[in-house]
Amino acid sequence: MTPENSAHTLFLTATIVYAAAMAAYFLYLFKQKETLQNRAFGLVCAGTALHFTGTAFSTFAMGALPAHNLQQTLLTAALALSSVFIILKQKFNLKILGLFATPLIVLMMSWAMVLPDTAPAGDPFLRGTTFLKGFWLTSHIVLIFAGEAALALACGAGILYLIQEKAIKEKKRGFFYKRLPSLDLLDSTSYISVITGFTMLTMGLITGLIYAKTVWGSFWQWDPKEIWSAVTWLIYAALLHGRLTSGWRGKKSAMMTILGFAVLIFTFFGVNMLIGGHHQTFTK
Amino acid sequence: MSDITLIGINHKTASVELREALAFTDEEIPRALMELKRSGHAKEVLIFSTCNRMEILFIPGHQNGVEAIMDFLVQTKKIPGEKFKQALYTHKNHQAVKHLFRVASSLDSMIVGEPQILGQVKSAYRKTVECRSSGVILNRLMHKAFSIAKKVRRETGIGDSAVSISYAAIELANKIFSDLNQRSVMLLGAGEMAELAIEHLISHGVTQIFVANRTFKNAVKLAEKFNGVAISFEERIDLLARVDIIVSSTGATDYILTATHVGKALKLRRYRPLFFIDIAVPRDIDPAINKMDNAYLYDIDDLQEIVSDNMDERKKEAMKGERLVEEAVIKFQEWLDNLDLVPTIVAIRNKIETITEMEAYKTLHTLNLKTEEEDAIKRMLQSITSKIMHDPIRFLKDTGCHRNDSFYISAARHIFNLDPLNGEDAH
Repeated sequence: MTPENSAHTLFLTATIVYAAAMAAYFLYLFKQKETLQNRAFGLVCAGTALHFTGTAFSTFAMGALPAHNLQQTLLTAALALSSVFIILKQKFNLKILGLFATPLIVLMMSWAMVLPDTAPAGDPFLRGTTFLKGFWLTSHIVLIFAGEAALALACGAGILYLIQEKAIKEKKRGFFYKRLPSLDLLDSTSYISVITGFTMLTMGLITGLIYAKTVWGSFWQWDPKEIWSAVTWLIYAALLHGRLTSGWRGKKSAMMTILGFAVLIFTFFGVNMLIGGHHQTFTK
Repeated sequence: MSDITLIGINHKTASVELREALAFTDEEIPRALMELKRSGHAKEVLIFSTCNRMEILFIPGHQNGVEAIMDFLVQTKKIPGEKFKQALYTHKNHQAVKHLFRVASSLDSMIVGEPQILGQVKSAYRKTVECRSSGVILNRLMHKAFSIAKKVRRETGIGDSAVSISYAAIELANKIFSDLNQRSVMLLGAGEMAELAIEHLISHGVTQIFVANRTFKNAVKLAEKFNGVAISFEERIDLLARVDIIVSSTGATDYILTATHVGKALKLRRYRPLFFIDIAVPRDIDPAINKMDNAYLYDIDDLQEIVSDNMDERKKEAMKGERLVEEAVIKFQEWLDNLDLVPTIVAIRNKIETITEMEAYKTLHTLNLKTEEEDAIKRMLQSITSKIMHDPIRFLKDTGCHRNDSFYISAARHIFNLDPLNGEDAH
């Protein structure tokens, strides 16, 4: 078996394991049995291990981080998400976040699995893979993906916060009220995820700018991806600023994380697909 | 024959006065147990007495066991039989087992699902064991009662949700704050329900308590009780910036906390959440506050609604509990049926015969003997078997006077390992 083949098998198995984890998380939501939650988390860890091995194989095969086409980008982003989820879960023990993280991972993985592994297009700066091996590019990819994964989790915590807040405010204790943790915990998880994500995003953008300088000779080219990245960064910066100076917490903060993530998704996929720019080739 | 019998009264059949008249105190129970055992009215006996019920569970020592126990009640409690016979229920065998299981599982309680009952049943059993008034049947029965009670609690939501106003408030607080032990609370006014809420909060870890009252003396008194700080009534508004939970129960006719007060306070506290529990009628706290971000207000009607919803929920869960109890009763009945003499003798015989047949087959089919030789050996084995079995079976059948048969039958079943331990019995 070639490394590519084994990588593909590993990704496929990982997808199935993630799907099982997702099922276990949904069962946990209904039955509220601790063992289910433990199994679900175990499955996420197993899936991530397989996923990581697969990514390692393709990195060796290609000699660079696999983020050249849409399939590879999705796979790597999903790996970042599952890893960040594992770290945050271990640190803050917010079990219910798995309910948001696993479907997102499964969605990305399944999407990647049905896409063909197209060869990287012939953009000038991609010709000759030596370009991609650079330290700045690798850091750029890793930081951006990990940061985006953390921000995805912040959005998940924000959605759960809004559901729980509504239940308590309107005094209608429905299905979720019993199952979701306290507002405090959801809010602080979201906040910590935003801080983590924002820090990584910032460093990711800086390394990206440096890389751009090495490739195109200038830091900033008014590329659509650059502009939208700046917009995303500003939204999260505003959110953190508001929280620190005027106490934007709770509902406001939750809505901002959701808005931020929506813009982030657009920057991540939308810009490449709808507008174009020098990242376009990665999502083909 | 050992009939498991249960007689008693409870909150459904008897008035408080009658329950009080028939109740046994902790000191009276050992004396009563020993008396019943000594008189021979009961072979095994347990008395369970709480403020909601008084029940006697026993294995009668003779035909008129129930009447004898009733006479005993008349004598010791000095109360004429006519007064309580109407309220007294008598359950026998599987009815009695079922009743006990339902009681232990809190399905028969005044507030279904209340958790204290199991502890009370356990302590009643402890007294029985201490007085040596339990035997094979009650021991097994009580252990099964504990395990079914735990199972009902574990597998149904019977005890999940709050069914008192003050507890419902704590449940809400836990959905807003993740760490009650780092929160502070302010009590405005006084009142049983409000104080109960404070006590619950304290048991959930809240340590910092402020008490305000229009009469400062009362505030000081209450603050002492909760180990808190008494503040003047005017200070309540400034304190909104510091405390997290406000329990209000004053006799004021106007709102004592308004949206303006809270708006200012929220800004000062940088919108850290505030939870208001308004137990007063008429209300103390402006309902408009609930519309502000990060401020949550529940009044007595809201809490009452939660309680009644939760009550309905418990009733639904109790039905699942009833099913689990039915199952446990059937299992116990099976064990009890086997504890009879005849099935035990049959089981011992079967076991020994199976062993001899197996061993005979193993040996004989390798020896190649003539048919009459084989028959002779088989006859010999049969007579060994029946001679060995003769004395033990005669012993079991001999129901000598005042002997506890179930004890010997149970011992025999253990010696011959007739009921191999399954998973559930192991612990």
